[in-house]
Amino acid sequence: MNAPAPILTRRDLLKTGGALIVGFSFAGVAACSAPPDARSALAGPPDPSAVDSWLAIHADNTATVYFGKCELGQGNTTGLLQIVGEELDLDMSQLSAMRLDTNVTPDQGATSSSSSIHRGGPPLRAAAAEARQALLQLASVKLGEQPGSLVVSKGVVSVDGQPSRSVTYGELIGGKRFDVKITGAAPVKAPSRYKLVGQSVPRLDIPAKASGQYIRIQNVRVPDMLHGRIVLPRGQRAYGSGAKVVSVDESSIAHIDGARVIRKGDFVGIVAEREWDAVKAARDLKVTWADGPKLPRNTGVHEQMRVAKSKDTVMADYGDAARAFEGAAHVASGTYFGPYQGHIPFSPNCAVADVNADGALIQSGTQNVYGSRAELAAVLGLAEEKVRVQYTESSGTFGRSCYEDAAQAAALLSQAVGRPVRVQFMRWDEHGWDNYGPAHLAEVRAAIDAAGNLIAYEYQGWQHGWTTRSTVHDLVLDVTTPERDGGSNSITVNPISTGSMYKVPNRRVISHAIPMEGLLRGAALRSPLDLNYGFASEQTIDELAYAAKMDPLEFRRKNIGGQRWLDVLNAAAKAANWTPRVAASSLSDADVVTGRGIGIATHHVSYGAAVAEVEVNKTTGNIVVKRLYGALDCGLAVNPGLVENQIVGQMVQTVSRMLKEEVLFDEQSVSSLDWATYPILRFAEHPEVIPIVVQRLEEPSTGAGEEVMGATAAAIANAVFDATGARLRRYPMTPGRAKQAIAERTNRASL
Amino acid sequence: MAQTLSIRLNGQDQTVSSAPDTPLLYVLTDELQLNGPRFGCGLSQCGSCSVLVDGIEMRACVTPLSMVVGREVTTLEGLPAYYAKQKGLPEAPALHPLQQAFIDVQAIQCGACFNGMTIKGAELLANNPKPSEAEIRQAMDGHLCRCGTYPRVLKAIQLASQRITGATP
Repeated sequence: MNAPAPILTRRDLLKTGGALIVGFSFAGVAACSAPPDARSALAGPPDPSAVDSWLAIHADNTATVYFGKCELGQGNTTGLLQIVGEELDLDMSQLSAMRLDTNVTPDQGATSSSSSIHRGGPPLRAAAAEARQALLQLASVKLGEQPGSLVVSKGVVSVDGQPSRSVTYGELIGGKRFDVKITGAAPVKAPSRYKLVGQSVPRLDIPAKASGQYIRIQNVRVPDMLHGRIVLPRGQRAYGSGAKVVSVDESSIAHIDGARVIRKGDFVGIVAEREWDAVKAARDLKVTWADGPKLPRNTGVHEQMRVAKSKDTVMADYGDAARAFEGAAHVASGTYFGPYQGHIPFSPNCAVADVNADGALIQSGTQNVYGSRAELAAVLGLAEEKVRVQYTESSGTFGRSCYEDAAQAAALLSQAVGRPVRVQFMRWDEHGWDNYGPAHLAEVRAAIDAAGNLIAYEYQGWQHGWTTRSTVHDLVLDVTTPERDGGSNSITVNPISTGSMYKVPNRRVISHAIPMEGLLRGAALRSPLDLNYGFASEQTIDELAYAAKMDPLEFRRKNIGGQRWLDVLNAAAKAANWTPRVAASSLSDADVVTGRGIGIATHHVSYGAAVAEVEVNKTTGNIVVKRLYGALDCGLAVNPGLVENQIVGQMVQTVSRMLKEEVLFDEQSVSSLDWATYPILRFAEHPEVIPIVVQRLEEPSTGAGEEVMGATAAAIANAVFDATGARLRRYPMTPGRAKQAIAERTNRASL
Repeated sequence: MAQTLSIRLNGQDQTVSSAPDTPLLYVLTDELQLNGPRFGCGLSQCGSCSVLVDGIEMRACVTPLSMVVGREVTTLEGLPAYYAKQKGLPEAPALHPLQQAFIDVQAIQCGACFNGMTIKGAELLANNPKPSEAEIRQAMDGHLCRCGTYPRVLKAIQLASQRITGATP
């Protein structure tokens, strides 16, 4: 791969049946400079049962594809186009993707839960198959042959064995609508015939990202635009208390040329002609905020969670776990603690809004354009069809960071001043007002019989729910939106990641939902709570292997509950050259010791396994993850190269979250406000990562963006035990905590 | 406020009207509408906004405009030409060898940190065309990435190094 992949070319103005289609170019063009097109005249979403809602074939034998999943840097655009190209027998150079736009693209929900290929792919495959069938029927008439005797290559239909008798898709339908419904009856290709799907096609967005030509939301500039900033207390307070304004001293920014304060309810914003003036004004504006109720401090949050009144749900319950524990040969049990952690995109969120008498046009780095539209309409007091949201990539967001806040702030300011406004969050806004991945407390126990068979398993977890509306929404409308505390296994304890991978006859999983009020804003953070499950559950399993005097890999193989789990486990172990040995069986007296650990886990779907090799300095307590092997079975990997890159990213991010990341807060507010107060893994500290994709052509594609993180968390913790003989039950595994755990173990050993 | 300043940017003289205390980043992104340098923290912590000033990597978010008057500023946009000048090439390549390596190893995810990764990596390779892994890790340590691309950035710098020094074709 020496030549750069082609930059996805602009097809701005493709005349199609009288309709102008505006192509989305990765090199980028601000939407406001694009001419109007017929598709965008009406508010979406378009009819999902119509082929025309998903793709258009042009006279030049190229296709534009419309889908509802955002490119977030995971490469889903490339993968989704491969699916369409495969069914239609088009090659990548003939395909381009339309920018997500609530007046244009279908509503496929949020780009979350690693759903782009898993749930976003099948409707595209069905639409493309239906389109292919329609095209073959047209070609059959044109060429005077039965559809069964036609073949397609690069959008050219020809009579099998007679390549000169041919017609292109473009000639058959270019510029015209299909007017075909998706019945689901059109035949799809058998995986054995795949040519494009299953290939590691280079990502389409990378060349422009490397050259610097890629236009992101932060680069969008529109004529007559003002710069805006939001004004919030430094660090959020207890959820439910908002940020109540007592007074605003506008004279405090009188010295800043052209800066204006805009207020609506408790929302406070700044606009200025120049960005630096907006930054200074937001920084200098004197606002007196009402004190909120006391927070428990980050050091006391788990104790408060344990005694809080909880709403309990039985996630799994079979056999008789209580009785099985009584008769066990060995029981392992422990209490495990996970902190609040942040999404904290590398570039703070940004949006550009133009709200006028005709309606609102908002460009945003959201993960969900239709979800944004609904919330924006509520905040602006406009009907949803008056609001249009267009997606422009921001920076990796990993869940609900502050993108809705930025969009709503820009829209409110634009509505107030009657000019387009660009709002970018400052670093402290993004760090301090995130919807954090919630803290988690787990009490886990599991048991084996004398032969090392897993006979009982119990997991009890405590956590609160997720916000469903943004901070700005609640400040403007003076409401506290009730949290979402059920209805998804990402909010309640996920029974798949808590023991389901083992054959165990007696198992109970209980989820304790505690109130978010009085704690911090929560939301899905990449692999929601899975790091906690992996950390707690797989350390418990490891303790049983240790008690049974078995190699941890062998113990898992013996108790594994399914072939796909076994296969990823073996794939990771094989890559790591795993040799059988009981954990912590060769402890060294040296200061710097090494260890290896293994773990399996997932998110909701797919199968993940990891091996970690670590180095621990017993004097300083510093843990260095040297090498990681990650195996992922996500069914059919449409583009294994994308999955490999996702595995690398997941594993490095997991190291950061296991060793470094914790949102700090005192009784008043969050104090993690930048990269110094919320450190993440640094370049010098990163491990080597070896990704392994377990390809399953015949299985449906499932998620690949977060399913190996829980396994990685487990493997790191187990490797620390192997190196030191000490169990760390609280993360991040900071030097101080590691040192303490090692000292406690040494004291116990010397008793 | 109406005063103007002149800076040397990517080999050309530019007149700008921003106030002298304005951080260079806002001059580059707003007044000159460049897309390479990016706001990340405004605190010199992350490396998102890096530029070369007289060949040395600096954080544009905390560098006042007045500090670069009379100095040579190179942004991501000017990096291929800067490389050509450094190597005495007759014309600028389309991409700096490190940018090409980022594409070839598919290093980038969201890409928000890659302005800084590229600027810093190019500075490193200019000063030390054959850095060891330890030297790369140390040089790049001031540049954060949230997506976890560090392993492939490392690989790309090694690949670019091999190509620059002729170790591989």
